[in-house]
Amino acid sequence: MAEHGGTLRAYRSLLGAQARSQTAYRTSFVVDLVGNLGATVFDVVTVLVIFGVTRQLGGFTLRETLVVVGLSTGGFAAADLLVGNIERLPQYVRTGLFDAVLVRPLAALPQLLLMDLPLRKVSRAVFGLAVLGFALASAGIDWTPGRVALAVVAPPAAVVFFASVFVTTATVSFYWVDSGELANSVTYGGRDFTAYPITVYGGWFRALFAYGMGFAFVSYHPALALLGRADPLGLPPWVGWAAPGVALVAATVAALAWRVGIRHYRSTGS
Amino acid sequence: MSVIEMDGLRKEFTVRVKAGRLRREKRTVTAVDGVDLRVERGEMLGYIGPNGAGKSTTLKMLTGVLTPSAGRAEVCGLRPVADRTRLALRIGVVFGQRSQLWWDLPLRDSFDLLRHVYRVPAGAHAARLTRCRGLLDLDEFLDTPVRQLSLGQRMRGELTAALLHGPEVLFLDEPTIGLDVVSKQAVRGFLAELGRSGDTTLVLTTHDLADIERLCRRLVVIDHGRVVHDGSIAELHHRYGSRRMVVAELDAALPEPPALPGAPLHRAEADGRRLVFALESASVAEVVAGLAGLATLRDVSIVEPDIEEVVARLYLSERRGPLLTPGG
Repeated sequence: MAEHGGTLRAYRSLLGAQARSQTAYRTSFVVDLVGNLGATVFDVVTVLVIFGVTRQLGGFTLRETLVVVGLSTGGFAAADLLVGNIERLPQYVRTGLFDAVLVRPLAALPQLLLMDLPLRKVSRAVFGLAVLGFALASAGIDWTPGRVALAVVAPPAAVVFFASVFVTTATVSFYWVDSGELANSVTYGGRDFTAYPITVYGGWFRALFAYGMGFAFVSYHPALALLGRADPLGLPPWVGWAAPGVALVAATVAALAWRVGIRHYRSTGS
Repeated sequence: MSVIEMDGLRKEFTVRVKAGRLRREKRTVTAVDGVDLRVERGEMLGYIGPNGAGKSTTLKMLTGVLTPSAGRAEVCGLRPVADRTRLALRIGVVFGQRSQLWWDLPLRDSFDLLRHVYRVPAGAHAARLTRCRGLLDLDEFLDTPVRQLSLGQRMRGELTAALLHGPEVLFLDEPTIGLDVVSKQAVRGFLAELGRSGDTTLVLTTHDLADIERLCRRLVVIDHGRVVHDGSIAELHHRYGSRRMVVAELDAALPEPPALPGAPLHRAEADGRRLVFALESASVAEVVAGLAGLATLRDVSIVEPDIEEVVARLYLSERRGPLLTPGG
């Protein structure tokens, strides 16, 4: 147990160092905080604009759609804050930070995440979770104990799922340094996919993102279960409760991909 | 048990090279090609070789950064990749081109953070830091952010950072690269002091052979991923025929070149008033005594063989195949 306490303290001091470095210039940090709100606010405004011209989107009303948006935006913003910077892995390799981290007595991934935690993204995560809270409160959900439980586990499941996507796509750069564009198309494409009821998409595209990669379980199915709506696409209602299980599978895939990737790590010259 | 063991250690990289407009060819490059080596506790080992010889790759396999393609490596009885985090507590690593320090924070803060990372008791940490502060003159820049330090100051910080957890083995990859003369002296002096205590095993790769001459009794030369020499510096000189020279200044030239047993005349300069003898089996005293019987000596000096020249010849001979016969 003392060993674990020591490890935790080690991680906490890494986080503390990162916080001190980032907040050293207070004004620029505050500007960063506000500036970072932009993209996330824009995502939500887009949905409101769409509902300015239509009453329904893929068969869902504004209040219902907001539950989907909230799960997606909140989950993504929190995952982006916690593990999003892992997409800078090629940079860590180039600057030698990755080598430096590997010769320390701590796991490599948590070290990288804590040493480069983008605290300015806190504002986005807070905004995303606020949207989710507002959506859940105003969607007229018939609160049964089951739905309360789902409302508690679905947001963390969304965070874990997005975090797993970040890590898995980043590991591609262990083999292929210029994989950034491909990784982004999955990560950000996935985020945009989850921001709307999946009924608005069609064909193979929907099949691939929704069930091939599992993005339907992030926001769409949990939202259906919370709202007590049947799936227009015909899946049974319990699918909404599969979110934590799917997130767990995603996390396992990410952990495996990371372990295998690290064994294939090539370092750089000298 | 040796503190470092390598058996048939090998590392291959596949690289894609352009072949034609669109086609890319896969090619396998062997960076380390079957290295067998034992390093005993307290040894100071110089690991040298030309660029791309596989020095850094070997070190990265020993520290758990790279996974070997084949063969076995063991450090402190642990497997570097599988037991990476446990091994990290027992080794120190200084990669000249990589930093263990926090760029935006004062040097002192990095040391404090590393104390938590390595879970070092406060007392032991303070004692080691005090020792490094004295030996490496850290005090004047201890409160300066790392990004403002000169390269020499930063390297002294890196050395300290690698030692604060009291490692059994210290790996140094090019620790003096790019340093000015004064900083080089400071780093060498510090490492020599560290080696004298005999507790820490030291493995050092370098381009600067003065590092090796000053610090290491044992020298391993690697080229094209293979060990081409393993022994003392004296053995290297012996094997490749470099010898110490005795330079004798005479009052007047001798009528005929002197024949001294075990020390053939290498060359004569200044119209025969300066004679250079190569020391083979004779001692300096024997050469001086032999000459004193023949002429009046004005001055005698001894020239040590130049290790750079020896190593350059070694690399060349490896390239061309074993042309040079030992001792010849």
